[in-house]
Amino acid sequence: MMGWGVIRLWTILVYIFMFLPVAVVVLLSFNANQFGSFPVTGLSFRWFVELAENEAIIRAFKTSLLLGVLTAFISTTLGVLASLALVRYKVPGGNFISTLLIAPILVPEVVLAVALLLFLNFLSVHKSFFMLLMGHVIFTLPFVVLVVQARLIGIRRDVEEAAMSLGATPVQTFFQITLPLLAPAVFAGMLFSFTISFDDITGTLFWKPGGVETVPTQIFAMLRNSISPEINALGSVMIFFTVGVPLLGAAIARRLGNHQGR
Amino acid sequence: MSAVKLHNIVKKFGAFTAVHPMSLDIPERSFVTLLGPSGCGKTTTLRMVAGLLDPTEGDILVAGRQINDVPIHKRNLGIVFQNYALFPHKTVADNVAFGLKHRNIPKEERNRRVAEALELVQLPHLANSYPKQLSGGQQQRIALARAIVIEPDVLLLDEPLSALDANLREDMRVELKRIQEQIGITTIFVTHDQSEALAMSDILVVMSNGRVEQVGAPKEIYSNPTSRFVADFLGTSNILEAEITSEGGQSGLTAAAVGFVPLRDEQMAKLAGRAKAYLVIRAEKIDILPLDAGPDARLSFEGTIEAVDYQGQLVRYFVDVQGMKFQVLNMLSGTTSFEDGDRVSVRFDSQDCVAVGED
Ligand SMILES: Nc1ncnc2c1ncn2[C@@H]1O[C@H](COP(=O)(O)OP(=O)(O)OP(=O)(O)O)[C@@H](O)[C@H]1O
Ligand SMILES: [Mg+2]
Repeated sequence: MMGWGVIRLWTILVYIFMFLPVAVVVLLSFNANQFGSFPVTGLSFRWFVELAENEAIIRAFKTSLLLGVLTAFISTTLGVLASLALVRYKVPGGNFISTLLIAPILVPEVVLAVALLLFLNFLSVHKSFFMLLMGHVIFTLPFVVLVVQARLIGIRRDVEEAAMSLGATPVQTFFQITLPLLAPAVFAGMLFSFTISFDDITGTLFWKPGGVETVPTQIFAMLRNSISPEINALGSVMIFFTVGVPLLGAAIARRLGNHQGR
Repeated sequence: MSAVKLHNIVKKFGAFTAVHPMSLDIPERSFVTLLGPSGCGKTTTLRMVAGLLDPTEGDILVAGRQINDVPIHKRNLGIVFQNYALFPHKTVADNVAFGLKHRNIPKEERNRRVAEALELVQLPHLANSYPKQLSGGQQQRIALARAIVIEPDVLLLDEPLSALDANLREDMRVELKRIQEQIGITTIFVTHDQSEALAMSDILVVMSNGRVEQVGAPKEIYSNPTSRFVADFLGTSNILEAEITSEGGQSGLTAAAVGFVPLRDEQMAKLAGRAKAYLVIRAEKIDILPLDAGPDARLSFEGTIEAVDYQGQLVRYFVDVQGMKFQVLNMLSGTTSFEDGDRVSVRFDSQDCVAVGED
């Protein structure tokens, strides 16, 4: 009895330790007072308004959004194609390729970031938005490949064979049978890539060309000068995005998967 | 003309030969079953006909046309898979309509034919359900409807009943046969269940190790197997090593425990040129009687019951006759039943015995 009580208390403490800072940030972002301090002296949207008027932040926000959307799109397309090749066709060296695709998850991000940077230097390619995008694609791709592969293995080959026996060409079979059945995984992969790209900072710091800022690097830059309450507001927006988007996605995915038994 | 003709088809997977040169003529409208133990190449053969596997050698002809190089989506075959393979994201009606859509059948006719097909499998009320809302038996009927609605040249079924439980399997067996006869479609059916095969087929093809062992009507194959494998595989048989002998001008086989058994000429002819001979007696052709039962025209031996295995209205006896073990299947009659250790009279008619040769 005693033992369980202690464990329960400990668990609660761990959760408080993890979520309290987040709660404080959100709370302070609504604080009317200039100096983020307790007790909160009044509620206001003042910092959000200032945020919306801060051009640097708006620009960073647009960059992040564009980067996230493009990353999601490219990663998902490549990930689906790679998974199809690896699961449905016996590619020579398939296991090796599979490991190679997953590897970016296993390698520490800093190492990956430096490696890619050195590689670009070696090739004398200049940093650009495109290179930043490629970097994001490389380390979001594993997530797409993992979820799509898992789902694809679950889609029985005989369902596709049945479609072909009924007169559908292989391409028609892919678009009418395989892709719809794969949709929840494709969707999840897209969301993963988007959120990972949206709040990535390590790789982005290494790869971004001068003058381009994403939301995380912008926050990072702002923190170096002073701790402004605007950052709290920005933090709240980030939390809203990175928590809200996947939740919304999960809801949609569940609806998509609703009629699909195995 | 035969609906399907296999001419010396061979399938190799690397160094392993799954199907040895195999030829088969399947007449129009017939129900042909490929029967054999697991791994004997039934699925491989069926998938070559379907276009899901390329034969290594040989030709496949459907309606007189060589189709080796025709891709599966142009073959016009109906396939029913073991696990139904319905499209989970489409309704029952859309599943059945799928093949018609790919044949550009106008909407009205399509709807009419889908309705007819669902009527045929007696599930018209499920048109708007999704596959996962159906029972296994219902899913299998929808899979059948989906395959036949396109009016295929041949219907191919790979163990379509094996995922169903025993009772349902028997119902579906009757149902499938009814539908096949009603629309008169040439059917190739794969199973390793011999009762299914015997009950449903017009023509039975018994396979083993990638080779055809025997082809014929089920009754014919059951009562007159031509190889030791077939005699052993179908039903329960007592197979005795034997020698060709003759007594008083009547030729027959002599085996341990039973001695000389006279056989008809057509049975003896099966042994011509074969290295070994076996005497085959079906377990249900042997009778167990009390020792004191009056003599009859049959051969009679004394034996001891070693074990008794009740199977509902049937009973299986394991009997020892002079050191040879016999299996006997008898109807359970109210008056006589035997126990382990009973001395009994074992009787069978030499007319019911079959000879098989082996090289
Ligand atoms: N793709 C493949 N690669 C290698 N060997 C294969 C392949 N497909 C089948 N085989 C082999 O060919 C043989 C015949 O297989 P097949 O699936 O035709 O058997 P089956 O008669 O359908 O058996 P079951 O009753 O178990 O379904 C088996 O020994 C199997 O291991
Ligand atoms: Mg098989």
